[in-house]
This record gives sequence, structure tokens and C-alpha cells, in this order.
Amino acid sequence: MTKNGPIALLFNALVISFMLAPILVVCVIAFTPENTLTIHGPELSLRWFKAVFEYPDFVSSFWNSLWLGLSSATIATVIAVPAGMALIRYPNRWSGLLQGLFLSPLIIPHLVLGVALLRLFTLIGGAGSFGWLILAHALVVTPYTMRLVMSALIGFDRSAEHAAMSLGASKTTVFLRITLPMILPGITGGWLLAFINSFDEVTMSIFVTSPSTVTLPVRMYMYATESIDPMMAAVSALMVAITAGAMIILDRVYGLDRVLVGRS
Amino acid sequence: MSAASTTSATVPVAPPSAAQKAISNRSLPWFMSAPAILLCSVMLLVPLLLTVLLSFNAFDADTGPKAGTFTLEHYRAVLTDPYYYEIFWRTFWISGLVTLICIVVGTPEAYILNRMRKPWRSIMLLVVLAPLMISVVVRAFGWSMLLGPEGLINGALSAFGIGPFKMLYTETAIVIALVHVMLPFMVIPVWTSLQKIDPGVVNAALSLNASPTTALRRIVLPQIMPGMLSGSLIVFGLSASSFAIPGLLGGRRLKMMATLIYDEYLHELNWPLGAAIALLLLLANLAIMLGWNRMIERRYKKALG
Repeated sequence: MTKNGPIALLFNALVISFMLAPILVVCVIAFTPENTLTIHGPELSLRWFKAVFEYPDFVSSFWNSLWLGLSSATIATVIAVPAGMALIRYPNRWSGLLQGLFLSPLIIPHLVLGVALLRLFTLIGGAGSFGWLILAHALVVTPYTMRLVMSALIGFDRSAEHAAMSLGASKTTVFLRITLPMILPGITGGWLLAFINSFDEVTMSIFVTSPSTVTLPVRMYMYATESIDPMMAAVSALMVAITAGAMIILDRVYGLDRVLVGRS
Repeated sequence: MSAASTTSATVPVAPPSAAQKAISNRSLPWFMSAPAILLCSVMLLVPLLLTVLLSFNAFDADTGPKAGTFTLEHYRAVLTDPYYYEIFWRTFWISGLVTLICIVVGTPEAYILNRMRKPWRSIMLLVVLAPLMISVVVRAFGWSMLLGPEGLINGALSAFGIGPFKMLYTETAIVIALVHVMLPFMVIPVWTSLQKIDPGVVNAALSLNASPTTALRRIVLPQIMPGMLSGSLIVFGLSASSFAIPGLLGGRRLKMMATLIYDEYLHELNWPLGAAIALLLLLANLAIMLGWNRMIERRYKKALG
């Protein structure tokens, strides 16, 4: 394999700076002591972070997003593990169709999902209910969990299971003592990926949240369309920090490269 | 399992345990999939069906959509009004341009990353792909700070006495930010297909006196073509339905399809019309995906046969 020339390395440097620029600028401006969104001097200030924590709209939206992420990721995992196992372990002629159905929220634009769910919620009187919002998020994050669970089951050596069964272990015991521990990295990785995606989701949520259930990204979107001040940068920096934290854990339990490009 | 079912079919008094086992083995996967099927039916199929029905309902500005009525008026309005044509055309060319830029930048970037040495390779790959996980609202806000009239880029340019340029709330801002969001979706499939290339084949071409350019064009490029094509498909589809980027960087004037639907729903309150546009967006997305898949299949059948 030949080495990269200077032009290739320059190209790479440009792409890397392009990818990092908007994220870095948000994190730098979040620490400004000034009132405007300009690059500031060397002195740093936490005043805008303080402002965020004293702004009730952002605080309540943060808690909404956190509970929403935790509960929808958990529901998605509870649903995706048995369904993924059924698809891989008991394939029948419906499996292809079912897999397409379960993964379809990935290819349907979130905007269309938002519009469709808004119609459902209006008709059944579920608009503004946090429970229905959780189910809406569970729908869009289940495919992420299911893909990781399914890939954990595909590369699975079943000899340990067969050994346990031949020694008289019941189906439940085999699942709890052998299968579950072996696919656990896939399950926890899937849960974290689901949490990150729920925590970041904006397009569908903007249609199906009410003033009391507004999530943090939706609140930020609305705030940014009206006014732009360093408080917005501070919230964004907090979002980056939370996502980065979840990504580091994801990397530890599953491997970020495996999540992003499929194989390690 | 097949043995158990034949016994229960031929022997009249089959042992109940075997029969039960056969039934439970057949229904077990359905029990396991039941929650997922329920979720997808209630939260996906039913809402989509309701939206299709809604898009055919007559709309009255005072009372809202009239249930039980049937009209093609909204589809006619959308497909004949030049106001919508302008937005459809903008959505189409912006998505096409973003796809093109992602191919031109993402493919060489994946190739360069693939040639890097051990620690750098995965570090750089992660830096390119990790922004994928950061909320698109945060990234749109970051670009609005970079591109604004007093933003970093205009600030840097004014140091050289150039500018300021109006970039925020223009199509340029939308394209730049969309490329930032979509680039990982191009790098991932190209990277994946680069992993499948046997380096021995490239070396064989080089040892047979092919120039590096020829090897790249005749060996590497054909093999990463499927990756580029599926990347283009994802990038185009996601760009055409993107909402937060045009919403925050295009301002109120420069609408794309998604922001148009949002306005119909939350400002005009004309839900049936919004539903009709949303369904057209979904149909266009699905049609492009299926058409693209067909084209790729034909290409590769031709290449193989």
C-alpha cells in the first residue's frame, strides 16, 4: 500500500477542520464573558452556563429529553431483543417482510413520521401526552438497537448453547445464563445508540411535542429561530458534552468504529 | 421439528407434548415479535394510513379539515401552483449539489483515510464520522456563527480587507451545512467497500506496469462504485427531507420541502395540504430509492453477464 502524498494529507487536514469547525466554535463561544457571539479574549467565563441553568425553559426541556431518552431507549431494547432473536433464530417466509417493517423508520423521513403521528395523536387525544411521545421515540430508535442485536446474534457461536441444552438446561436457563451474557455488548451498545438518537432527535419531535413536553433540541430550535445569544452556545456545548460522554461509554462497551462503519 | 409434525399428522392419537411442541415452535417467533409488530402498526402503519386519508379531506379555513369528505384539490394545488414548483426545484437542486459535493469530497477522503497508518487511521476516521452523533441543531447553530455577518469567516476575511459577504440565510449556507451533515453518510459506504478490495490485485496491476492512476481508475474505482452509489442515495434522500438546516440557515424566505410542510402545519394550519406534500415527499423518496436500486442491479447484471 502506497503512502499518502502531501496533497492528500492537506486534503485530509481541510476535511477534518471542516468537520470540526462548527462544533469547536460552539464550544469556544460558550465560555465568552461578553454579551455577543464574537470570539473573545483569553479570559473565560461560566456566566452563560449559569444563565442556562437559571432559564426554566431550558431546564425543564433538558429533564424531558433525559427521561424521554432513558425510557424510549429502554422500551426499544425490550422490544428489539426478542424480535431480533426471532428474526435470526427462527427465520420463516415472513422474516424478510418483518425486518423491512421494523427497520423502515430508518428510511422514512422523520418529518413524515412527525406529520403522521401528529394526526394519530390528535384523533386519539394523545397530543401533549408524554407517554405517547415516548412511544414515538421508541419507534424511531428501535431499528438502531435491533441492528446491533441482530449483528451480535449473527456472529454467534452456538456450541455453548448446545452444550448447556444437552446437559439438561431449560430454554430459559440457556437464554439467561448463556445467550444473554454473550449478546450483552450488542444490547448495551444498542441501548446507548438509541439513547443518543432520541436525545438528539428534533424533526419528528417538533410536530408531536406540546409546550409541557418540549424536548431540548426542539426548545433550542425554537430559541435559535427567534434570537441568537451566547446562551444558545452554552446549551449547545452542554449537548455536545452529553453526547460525547455517551459516545465514550458506547466506545468502551461496544466499540464506536463498529457502530459507525459496521465492522471493526 | 418436521418429524414431530408428520407424526401428529399421520398418527390419530399423537402424544400431546409433541403436538404442543410443534405449535409452540411455530408460534414462538410470533410471540417474540409481537411487541415490535404492535409498535410498528400503531405508531407507523396506522398514522401513515390516517395521513393518506387526511390528504384527501376537504379543508375549510374556519373549521379545519372536514372528516369523511373526498377531494383531490390539495394534490391539484400542489402540482399546479408555481409557488410550490419553486420550492420543489430548490429542494431538488440543493440535494443534488450536496450529493455531488459529498461524492467529490467524501470518496477521496475515504481513500486517503484507508491509506493512513495504524493509530491515525482510526482516529481520523472517528473525527470525520463522530459529528454524525451530535444534534443537527447544534451543528446548524455552529454554522450560523461561522457564516453570519459578524461571524468568524467574515471576520477573518475583513482582516484582509475583503467582504463582508452575505452567507447566512442564503442557499450557500444551506449547502455548506448539509454537506457537513451528510459527508459521513458518504464516507461510511465508500470506506466499507474499500475494505473489501484485495490489495494484491492493485499490486498485481502495478507490477504489470500500470501507472498508479490507471490502477486507481481501472481497479479501485469500479470496486468502490457500489459504495458511492448507495452513499449518494442516502445523502440525496436525507438532504431532500432535511428540516433543521434549511429552517435555521435558510431563514423564513428560503423554504425547502420540509420547512414548507412545517409552515403548512403550524402556521397556515392547512393540515390536508401539508399531508399531501408530506406524502409526495415520501413517495419521491421511495421512488428514487427503488429506481436507484434497479439501476444498480441492472448495471451489475450487465457487468457479470
